[in-house]
Amino acid sequence: MTESARDGEYDEWLDSIESDDGYYLECSNGHGWLPPRRVCPRCHDQELSAVDLPESGEIASHTTITVPTPQFEDDAPYVTAIADFGPVSVTGLVRDVDPDDVAIGDVVGIDVGERVTTGDRAVVFRPR
Amino acid sequence: MSDPRIAGASVTHFGKHPERTGRDLFAEAGLEALSQSGIDPDDAEALYYGNFMGELAEHQGHQGPLMAEAIGLDVPATRVEAACASAGTAVREAVKTIRNGEAEVVVVGGAERMTNIGTAAATDALAIAADDLYEVRAGMTFPGAYALMARSYFDQYGGSHEDLAHIAAKNHEHALVNEHAQIQQEITVEDAMEAPTIADPLGLYDSCPITDGAAAAVLTTEAYAEEHDLDAPVAITGTGQGGDNLALQDRPHLAQTPAADKAAEEAYGDAGVGPDDVDFAEVHDCFTIAEVLAIESLGFYERGEGIAAARNGETTRDGDLPINLSGGLKAKGHPVGATGVAQLATVAWLLDGSHPRADAVPDSTVGVAHNAGGTVASTTVHVMEVQE
Ligand SMILES: [Zn+2]
Repeated sequence: MTESARDGEYDEWLDSIESDDGYYLECSNGHGWLPPRRVCPRCHDQELSAVDLPESGEIASHTTITVPTPQFEDDAPYVTAIADFGPVSVTGLVRDVDPDDVAIGDVVGIDVGERVTTGDRAVVFRPR
Repeated sequence: MSDPRIAGASVTHFGKHPERTGRDLFAEAGLEALSQSGIDPDDAEALYYGNFMGELAEHQGHQGPLMAEAIGLDVPATRVEAACASAGTAVREAVKTIRNGEAEVVVVGGAERMTNIGTAAATDALAIAADDLYEVRAGMTFPGAYALMARSYFDQYGGSHEDLAHIAAKNHEHALVNEHAQIQQEITVEDAMEAPTIADPLGLYDSCPITDGAAAAVLTTEAYAEEHDLDAPVAITGTGQGGDNLALQDRPHLAQTPAADKAAEEAYGDAGVGPDDVDFAEVHDCFTIAEVLAIESLGFYERGEGIAAARNGETTRDGDLPINLSGGLKAKGHPVGATGVAQLATVAWLLDGSHPRADAVPDSTVGVAHNAGGTVASTTVHVMEVQE
């Protein structure tokens, strides 16, 4: 594990996912964002409140990465995907499924895993 | 208000020059552009300079004054960083400076040194154009991000990897006569289809290479050009810039580039032209799918129809709307911070007839340059026209 200071609300958000208590921030017009975020960039609303993240999401797009950055050298090949969870979308690693079997529309749950290469925490999606 | 004239432009060879410093690359391009312009360097009043990964690749920040010094200028010098759109954004600053009367002669350029740190470190450096917390830590690479966009495009509009392969083959063919190009090698659609995968559905030939290089141009006013009897027939008549959420996950569409829509609309409005007036364009094809998204945002094609343009022969050099006659980033190469000015130079040379592919657009009067940063969270569009 890399020794470094925590990244504020981002690490708090990962903690919440890890303890099955995931949330996102929603403005009063229903736009969803991930923290840290003080204002809705779509409507300028600053009244953001934490809302429970839906338990499952849907894969919006995915790719199997074979040429990684050095921080993912031992992870490759791996699948990175964007999954939609209600009004918010999240980018994460898809695990526990053959990369060839990942498809748009697949239903996934969200979790926190470790990068093989560095042991750092990462958002992980698993089929549900 | 005077539309800036391009008095001189130069690019270095784009390719692998791991032993050459950024300052040396930029000096080559900048000195040549100044020399070509016929302008006394003492008349230059500002430098805008694009660079993206100087801190990582050369441990060098504060490159504005360094690069002014490298070309012998003692002027206010500003580095502009907007990922791969750094130089396009520098052009925009230079245009504004001339238009608002702050200066009569401005040098604009950019350089990037990338191959000295190797493919893995360069992949890492390019990735930081994405959102570090939410994308890079989820394994996102630059090709990976475009792969997500490509797969989303196929899902929403149709199209296939084979369509993209036609774009790669086209741009390689265009680059065959471009001595500045990194890759002067013909490839077939089959070659592109069979190349190793980087981030599926994108393979090695869907991706631009990692490139060292520099580009520079000298801009001046119409009055200065006339007074000094300069040969500067091409003017920048329209400039536009658009932005978007940095992370792909925060955008409503993964298969559209609204930052480019906004930049194009602004640039066309500024120049008083529309997409139908454009004779050719240099667009930011860092990946083959990026060319598709660009020609749709520029209004040349409806959404979902740009994918077939190369396959149908419409954007090839003998087509109605040649795209990337230089070979594009795909074959010409993509020294990130230099690309926007290299596009500017290419469009100017195609318009004045001095580019080796100018025979493809013999009577052209309007060309466009489209320069995109990251996954198109930044875009500049510039319209250039021949003035009489
Ligand atoms: Zn809102």
